[in-house]
Parts: sequence; structure tokens; C-alpha cells
Amino acid sequence: MSKDGFIIEAQGIHKTYRMGAAQVQVLKGADIAVKKGEFVAIVGASGSGKSTLLHILGALDRPDKGVVRFEGRDLSGMGGGELNEYRNKMIGFVFQFYHLLDELNVLENVILPAMVPAGIIGWMSKRAGVKKRGLELLKAVGLEERATHKPYQLSGGERQRAAIARALVNEPRLLLADEPTGNLDSATGNGILELLERLNRAGQTIVMVTHDERVAKRAGRTITLADGKVK
Amino acid sequence: MYKLVLAFRYLYRRRISYLALAAVALCVFIVVVVMTVMDGLVGDFKQKNHNYTGDCVVGTESLVGFAYYEDFARIAEKASYVEAVTPVIKSYALVGVEGSGRNTGVELMGVEAGSYSRVTGFGRTLYYHKNDASKAFEAGSDSNLPGFVIGADLWSGRNEKGEYYYAPSPEATALSVTCFPLTAKGALAKAGTDVVNTKTFYFSDCSQSGLARVDGSIIYLPFEEAQVLCGMTEPVKRASWIHIKFKQGTNIEEGCRQVRQMWGKFYDEYKGKDNAELLSQVSVRSWKEHRRESIAGMEKEQTMLMMMFGLVGLTTVFIVYVVFYMIISHKTKDIGILKSIGASCGDVIVLFLGFAAGLGVIGSAVGVAGGMLFLRNINRIEGWLYERFGFQLWDRTIYAIGEIPHRLDLTMLAVVTGCAVLACLAGAVLPSVGAARARPADVLQVSQL
Repeated sequence: MSKDGFIIEAQGIHKTYRMGAAQVQVLKGADIAVKKGEFVAIVGASGSGKSTLLHILGALDRPDKGVVRFEGRDLSGMGGGELNEYRNKMIGFVFQFYHLLDELNVLENVILPAMVPAGIIGWMSKRAGVKKRGLELLKAVGLEERATHKPYQLSGGERQRAAIARALVNEPRLLLADEPTGNLDSATGNGILELLERLNRAGQTIVMVTHDERVAKRAGRTITLADGKVK
Repeated sequence: MYKLVLAFRYLYRRRISYLALAAVALCVFIVVVVMTVMDGLVGDFKQKNHNYTGDCVVGTESLVGFAYYEDFARIAEKASYVEAVTPVIKSYALVGVEGSGRNTGVELMGVEAGSYSRVTGFGRTLYYHKNDASKAFEAGSDSNLPGFVIGADLWSGRNEKGEYYYAPSPEATALSVTCFPLTAKGALAKAGTDVVNTKTFYFSDCSQSGLARVDGSIIYLPFEEAQVLCGMTEPVKRASWIHIKFKQGTNIEEGCRQVRQMWGKFYDEYKGKDNAELLSQVSVRSWKEHRRESIAGMEKEQTMLMMMFGLVGLTTVFIVYVVFYMIISHKTKDIGILKSIGASCGDVIVLFLGFAAGLGVIGSAVGVAGGMLFLRNINRIEGWLYERFGFQLWDRTIYAIGEIPHRLDLTMLAVVTGCAVLACLAGAVLPSVGAARARPADVLQVSQL
């Protein structure tokens, strides 16, 4: 944790993408700081750089300029292995399109992040415990009956709940959600938001990106991105 | 662990994987079948040449031969590593069935049937005297008459199964054999109108060595008779070759090296004697060196075949490359997901290479199993094809090949399987590295899905 109590903070983030021959400057010095236990919503118009900022916070992308600190540690100083560990242990990602692996069943998808750092022997020793945790998480998100189903056998809301369970399996300190209700009807989306609220009440720090003001209102704090900067 | 699980799932859940698997299996199947048949043919051909020659030969290609062969044979026989020794006359002759008025040129070999059979596989090639080769030259019509053994293709035709027509007992056929006797200097031994030696021999047996050129051109006569016909008794007895068989367990190259040493000493001792100048033309060769001319062509064909299979291997690599390119193109989302949960570039490479290795192992196993099954039944299949459609891989009336070889070489199977797995890995490397380098933020973008 940083001395200011921020779990994650980003300062002066710049990011430019090349789109064909043109350069598109998405982020132009965005700043954000999130304290432990907060539920923060990042809102902004389509193309305002919300997802890009979230990817940078989750080390899925690197900023062209600026600093990202997680618990006071600069991500740019981390090596490849440390960044992999950061994504695996510290961060849980929830995507708009769920991004479950079609070849695995629901339980396997949920426990996948726990399998990633384990070797064959290591996995044998912790397999039972991880499976137990996976089933507990599925119960918590209301999918205990769907553990052996394939993603294509689930509804959109169920897939998103499975994706949330996956994001939580390694007990990450920060949950990053990119338009988690963006692909769901309002009733189902409401269920997902209730689940996120419940997790936040239990102490989970959440940063959620959304373009929907009504969704953003469910978070404890809202940050608005416009023209590549936080308003 | 997840890499193993995912690689396995990709393998059996993706239909395109089955196509890649079929391609690998088919390539392995083709290589196993063709290599087995070709190896069998080459191996069989070499074995027949070995049987025909013995282990080592000492002699000269000159039609004059060389002197003091009996002395060297006696010395060689005493060597601890030598099993048997036999002298051979090799020349050319005109032969004609008596009364027909026609004749034809053949290669003539004068051999001592008993010792020649101990050194070579001659006894096993006979039809009527298989069990007692020492009587190979006893004519069927009268055992007191001088007999001849003739190459099976010179005597009889072959049916479509490659079998020769033999009468139940040796036929009473007389053959006049005419040779041009030469002096030790290589000049005609006789002058005037009577320059040739002619003698009548009577059919005693056929020799079927399985070597088309041998069976189609050689007539065997008793050694002494051939020696007289070729003028190799005057002024000193001569022979063309001494064939040697080593004792079991003797390394042929090592045996030949020792015979060379033995010959060197013998030459030094005899070089001052009369007619000893012929000794300088004598060489000592292993059976392979002696039959090099026959074997080399087939070995060259085998090498060319190996090169062709190198191309088959490249095709496999390309097929796997295309399949992996397609699979990975469809799996960019998975790569993004895996990276978002902490998988490294190395993990992604190992995942897809594991997938490729699985493809190679299973494809090879299917190909090898199919190849083994096909080879086990290859002769039955060919028989069925011949009966139904008149198709034969080789026309047995022309080629001296019996069964299609189908004995599997485990080393070859291991090498082919290993190469198939390596080909799969090679084909998967570039797409895997490309996948590993993909940035998760790019591949998980909504616009990329």
C-alpha cells in the first residue's frame, strides 16, 4: 500500500495508437488513484480511453508516458515474470464479452488462474483445495449447478458470473471490470452489479469501466474521462 | 498443468486438428510403407549378393586368372577366422543345345560344388540337389557324365507368381560349351583353325540365386573342366578368384583386412616364381566391394527415395504450419485471456508446441499402426488386386522378386516417428512464437472479437 493509502494510482498516463496511417492519441495525461476497498466507476463516451486506462492499470498494456503504481510499486520497473505474477495474483479481470475458454467447462474456467503458475507436481498437491475454492466461488455467484457445463451452455449473465468467479479465484487485491454489464439486458446486468456490490461490501476493491451513468451510480465513486483526461 | 489440459482439449475438440492429424498420419503411413518395402528390397538384394559371393574374394577380373591359388587357399584355410575357401574360374563361353545349331554367349563359372556351397549360398540355390550340393554336377541322365548347372532364367520361364517351371527330375539335355583358352600372357592358347575348346555337358540342375543378372547369364561347370576349357592348366594351374567364408562372429571388414595382410606376405614370398607376374593384379575385396557395381545402383535409388521423403517431411511441416496458423488465428482470444490471467509468452509457446507434439505423436501412432496393418497384408492385398484387376506391383515374369518385403525395422519406425514429431514442432514454431508475441490489449479489444 502506498503511503497515501492508494492500492493503485496512475499519473500522467499517455497512450497513442496507430490506426492505419493516423496516430490516435487516446490518453493525454490521465490521472487516477484508488484506495483499498473502494468501488470506482470510470465513465466516459465511447472512445474516450476508459478500457485503455483499465488495460494499463492491469498491465495488459504499457503507457507511452506516465507512471502506474500498485501498492506504491512502479509497474514499469517490473520484469516480464513479475508482470505475469501481478496479472495472476494481484489483479482479477472481468471483460465485457466474458472471455471464457470454450474448451474448458465452467469450473475449469474458474480455476484456470490458479492453474497458470502451477507445475504438474505443484498442481497435484493443491488441486483439491483449488477445486474446493472454485466450487465455493461458483456457489457464491449462483452457478454451483453449472460447474461441469460448457460456456456455450450458459446464458450471458451466467457467463459473466463465471468470469467474475474466475477473476476472484486467486483472491486478487484489485478487481478490474471492463463494461461488465455492457453485453447484458438490464435485469441480468443488475444481478451482476449486485454481485459486484456484495463483493465490495466484503472488502474487494473494484475499478469498473462503463459508459452507462446508471451503472456508474452503483459504484462508490465515479471518475469521468473526457478528451483523454480525467475531468 | 493447464497447458497440458488445453493442448489436449485443442487436439480433440477442434475439427481442424483431425485434419492435421490425418495429414501427419498419412505422411507417416506412406514413409513407413515405402521405406519398409524399399529397405526390404535393398536388404534382400544385398543378402542375395552376399550369399552369391561369400564374405571375401581374392583374385582378378582378368580372364587369364592368377597362379599359385592352391597354395594361397591352403594358407587361408589354416587361418583361425576362416571357415571355408574355394577357387573359382570365371570366363565367357558360347553354349548351344546339341543338335539345335544355335548358340549363345554366357558367363562361365567353374566351381567345386562342395566347397563352393560351403563358402557361398550356391547349394541353397539349386533345385534338384538342394540337400547335397556336392552332387550338383551329376547329370540327371547319367551321373558319370559331366554335368552343368544353369541359371534359372537361362533355363526356364517364370509364371506370374515368379515361380519357375521345373520338370520333376533333371531333363536329359546336352549342351556344348565352347571357350577360347588363353595363355598366362593373355594370348590365344591355340592357333590355326582349332582355337577353341569345346566339350559337351549334361543338364544336372538349375541355380536360382534371386539375382536376375546372375540367373540370366551364368552357367556353372565343374572347376577342373572349366579350368581345362579356359586353358588355365598350362603352364601353371590358374584360377580367377578365391572365395572365402569367415567363421561366425568375424567382422567382415576386419577379416578382409587380415586376408589383405596374408596376401601381402604371400605375394612377397611368391613374386619371384614363374608366372608370378599375374599375382600383381590380384586384389582382396569384401563381398560388398566385389558386388559394388550391382549394389550401387540400388543404394542410389534408396538415397533418392530418402531425399524424396525429405520433401514429404517438408510438406508435413508446411501442412502443420498452415493448420497451426489457422488454429492460432482462431485462438487469439484465448491467448489474450491466458495472458490476462498471468500466462507468460513462454507458456503460450509451450502450450502450442505441446499441442503440436501431441499432434505428431498421435498422428505418427496412427500412421505407424496403419502402416503395420497394411504391410502385414500387403502381399494378400496385391494377390487380391491381381486376381480382381490383374494388377501387380512388379511383373513377376520379368522381375526376380518374390514376396513384397514387409518386415518392419523398429529403428526405422522410431526415426520416422521422431521426425514426424519434429516436423510438427517445426511447423508450429512460427505460429506459436507469433501467438506468444500478441499483446493481450490488442487481441481482447472488442473490435478484434
